Amino acid sequence: MDDVTERAARHANRLWDAAVDADEHAATAAVLEALRDGLDGESVLLDVIGAVQRRVGVEWAANNITVAQEHAATAINERVIVTVARDLPRPTERRGRITVSCVDGEWHALPARLLAEVLMLRGFRVDYLGAQVPTPHLITHLHRTGPDAVALSGSLATRLPSAHATITACQATGVPVIAGGAAFGPDGRWARLLGADAWAPDARAAADRLIADPLPRPQRAHQPRDALPHLADQEYTMVNRSSPQLVRAVYAGLEDRVPGMRDYTDLQRQYTAEDLAHIVEFLATALYAGDASLFTTFLTWTADILAARGVPGATLLPALELLAGELRDFPRATAVLTEARDALAVENAPA
Amino acid sequence: MDTDSNPLATAPPAGIGAGWDGAPQAAVLVAPDGTVLAVNQAARLLFPALDAGRPLTACGAAWLSAAHRTFATAGAEAPVTGGVGDRIVEARPVRHPDGHATWWLQDATEVHRIREELRRERERAAFLSDASNALLGSLNVPRTMAVAADLCAGHLADAAWVVAPGTRGRFPAVACLRGARPVSLTLEIDPAELPGLSEALQGFPPVPSRWIDPAQTPAWLLPEGFGSNHAAGSVLVTPLPGHGVPAGALVLLRREDRQVFTADDEVFARLFAARCGAAMSAARLFEQQSSITDVLTEELLPPVLTHVRGIEFAGGYRPAQDTDRLGGDFYDVHPCENGEVLALLGDVCGKGLEAAVLTGKIRNTLQALLPLAGDHARVLRLLNSSLLSSHHTRFATLALASAVREGPDVRVRITSAGHLPPLVVRADGRVEETTCRGSLIGVLPAIEVSGEEVVLAPGETCLLYTDGVTEARGGPLGGEMFGEDRLRRALGECAGMPAEAVVERVQMLTAQWVGSAPHDDIAVLAVTAPRAAGGREETTWTT
Repeated sequence: MDDVTERAARHANRLWDAAVDADEHAATAAVLEALRDGLDGESVLLDVIGAVQRRVGVEWAANNITVAQEHAATAINERVIVTVARDLPRPTERRGRITVSCVDGEWHALPARLLAEVLMLRGFRVDYLGAQVPTPHLITHLHRTGPDAVALSGSLATRLPSAHATITACQATGVPVIAGGAAFGPDGRWARLLGADAWAPDARAAADRLIADPLPRPQRAHQPRDALPHLADQEYTMVNRSSPQLVRAVYAGLEDRVPGMRDYTDLQRQYTAEDLAHIVEFLATALYAGDASLFTTFLTWTADILAARGVPGATLLPALELLAGELRDFPRATAVLTEARDALAVENAPA
Repeated sequence: MDTDSNPLATAPPAGIGAGWDGAPQAAVLVAPDGTVLAVNQAARLLFPALDAGRPLTACGAAWLSAAHRTFATAGAEAPVTGGVGDRIVEARPVRHPDGHATWWLQDATEVHRIREELRRERERAAFLSDASNALLGSLNVPRTMAVAADLCAGHLADAAWVVAPGTRGRFPAVACLRGARPVSLTLEIDPAELPGLSEALQGFPPVPSRWIDPAQTPAWLLPEGFGSNHAAGSVLVTPLPGHGVPAGALVLLRREDRQVFTADDEVFARLFAARCGAAMSAARLFEQQSSITDVLTEELLPPVLTHVRGIEFAGGYRPAQDTDRLGGDFYDVHPCENGEVLALLGDVCGKGLEAAVLTGKIRNTLQALLPLAGDHARVLRLLNSSLLSSHHTRFATLALASAVREGPDVRVRITSAGHLPPLVVRADGRVEETTCRGSLIGVLPAIEVSGEEVVLAPGETCLLYTDGVTEARGGPLGGEMFGEDRLRRALGECAGMPAEAVVERVQMLTAQWVGSAPHDDIAVLAVTAPRAAGGREETTWTT
C-alpha cells in the first residue's frame, strides 16, 4: 500500500466514524484535514468520501449499521461534498460539456454526484441532474444544452430496462452515452448490451475516457429490439406485468409449505411479499437482459443478506420452485429459475 | 465491308436459320478453338473487323474472347458484360451440340445508365433519409448546425460551412472538414464579402444557389487544414429555407483536384438544404419556447431548502406526471422578522400546470404576509379572503410551521388549514401526530384553525407531507394504499437522521411503493433539530 493510499484510508476511517454518527462537524473536519494532509481534491472525493460510501453499502449488507445510519451517512457525505467542492481550486483546462444523470428510478445519487465533481475538477462543464430524473426531463435538458455526452449512473440492476430506454433516447437526440455504476455489471457487460457508447468502471476511468477521446456522435439511433432479439418472446413483458399476481400466488403457496408462515405478523407478511416482489423484478430484468447470471447473482446476494440478519433462507428455494410452477409455460424464465436453484443449492450445501 | 467476298458469312453452317442474319440482336457463331464461323448483320455493325474464318480476338473486345475461352474450357455459361467503343454490351453464350457456341450480344448501355442512375438515386435517398433522422433528432440549434456541416462535408463537399443569421456582424457558424469533427465558432465578418451569402442569410429576395469564383472567396472561408488559398476548386452557396424565416446558409467547398460542382450536385444540395433549414428552424423555435417556459416555471418550482438559523430544513417533491416538473403541491421556507423561520406546505386541488399557477399565487401571497407570520390564524384568514376574491374556483389545504432555535432544541408552532396534521419523530423512534385541525382555504368566507406547539430535541423531526404520500397505491401485491401506518413505521426508523435523509427515506419508500403505477403529486418537508452539538451552524445561527 503506497503512502497516498494509506493516508486516504486513514482519513476515510475518520470520516466513516463521523458519518455513521451523523456528525457533520466532525465529518467536515475529517475531510478538510485530508486536504491539509496533501491529498488532492480528486483523491479526497473518491478515495475518502467515495470509500466511505462504498463501505456504507458493505456494512449495511453485513447488518452492521441500521437503515437510519445508512441514510444519515449518505446525507452527511452529500453535505461534505458541498464543503469540499467549494474549497477546491478551479481547474485551468477548459473541456467539453457533460450532463451527469442517474437512471430514472435510481436513488443512489452519490456516485453520480462524485463523478460530476471529478469531471468539474478536470475542467469539464458539468450539468448535474441528480437522482430520480424522469427520462423526458433529461431529453429536454439535452435539447436545451446540447452537451458532448451524457454520463449515466445506475446502481440497481432492476433499472436496466429503464436505462436502456434512456440510452436509446439520448442517442436519438445525437448525444452519446457513457454508462457506469454497479447496475451495468462489474465488467460493463450490460452497458454494452444496451448499446451505451462507452462504459467506465469508476469516476476516474470515466474522466480519463472522456478526456482521452471525445465520444463520437451516435451514427444512427438503434432500435431497442436490434440488441435484444429475445424480447420478441414477450416473457419479460408478461412477467413484469403480472408481478402482483405472481407474488400473491407464490405467497399463498409458501403458506402451505413453510411452517409458521400462517402466524406471521402484518409486518412480516409485508416484508415477505416485498422480498417476493424483488425476486420477480430481478427475474424480469434477467429476462430483459437475456442473462441468467443477473438473477443468480441477486439470489446469492439475498441469501447472504438474510444470513447476516439471522433470517433463515428457508423460503428462498420453495419460492423459486413455486415461481417456476407459475411460469412453466415460459421457457426462458424456466431456464433462469433452474439455473438459480442449482446455484443456490451449491451455496447451501454443507462445506 | 463487302460480304459477298466471303461465302461463309452468307451461308451459315447447319443449324443456323435464314432469319439469323437479319435478327435484331447481334450474334456471333464461334468454334471451340475461337475461330469465328458466322457473324450476323447486327454483329457486323458492332464489330466491323470481325468476319467468318477470323479468330474471335480480331473483334477487339478482349473481354469477349476471354469469356469464350472460359466457356470452351470450363463450360461457364454465365452472361458477361464489357465495353465496345462507347457502348456497354452484354454477351450470353448458347452451346450447340457440335461444341460451337453462339454468342448473343445485347446493347446494355441504356440499362447500365439507368441502373447507375438508380443506384445513385437510391444512395441519395438513403443519405437524405439518414440526414433527416440525424437532423431531426436534436432540437438544439448548435448541434443541428454541427450535424448539417458534418453531413455536408462527408457527402457533398471537402469542407462545409453552416452559417446562421446573426446580428451586428456576428454570425454563429459551424465549419467542418471532411473526416474531421465540426467546429463551432462565431464569425465576425461582412457577409457581402462572399457573393450570395448576404442574400442567402436574409432569405429575401429568394435566391438560387450560386457558384462562386474561388478567386473571389474571402480568406476566412477556407477552414484550417483545408490547404492554401488556392486550394478551393469550386464553391457553392445555398440558402437554408426555414419555416417562413431564413434559417441560414450553406457554403460548400471542393478542392482544386476534385470534380467541380455540377448542376446535379446543386439540385441535390438544395434538397439537403431544405431539410437542414427545416431542422434548424424547428430547433430555434424550441429554443425560444423552452427558454420562455424555463423563465416562467422557475418561479413555480419548489425551492431548494438548506439550513436556516440553526435549523435543518429539507424538502422533496414529485409531480404526478413525470413529464411535468410542476404540480399542485408546494412548499416554502422563509426567515421572518420575529426571529422565527416559517415553513409551509400545501396542496391545491387539481394537478398539472393550472394547479401550479395557483400554488404560485398562494406562495406569493404568503410571502407578502410574512410580517404577520407571528399570528398563523390571521395569515390564513387573509389568504382565505384573497383566494375567495380571485377568479380561481379551486381550494387549498395548508400547514404552517414556525420554528425557532432555543439552545439545542427547536420550538415549532404548527397550524393546519384543512391539511393532514404533521407528524413528529422523537429521538427514541416514537412517532406522534400533532393535533392541529382547521378548515380548507378558499371555500368558506370564515375559517377556523387551531394550532399546537411542539419542542424538538436534537435529532427530532417534524414532518409536513401531502396526501400523495399516504394515498400512494401500489406495493408488492398491487393496488394497496401506502397509508399512515406505513408512513409512521418508516418515520420510526428516522430518529436522529438529518432532515434531508428523512425526506429521502420517505420519498424512496413511496416511490418504491408506487413503482410505475400512476400517483398523485407527492410533497414532503422536514424540520429537524440538528443532532450534532457544537456544529458550525450553532455558533452562527443568531446572526
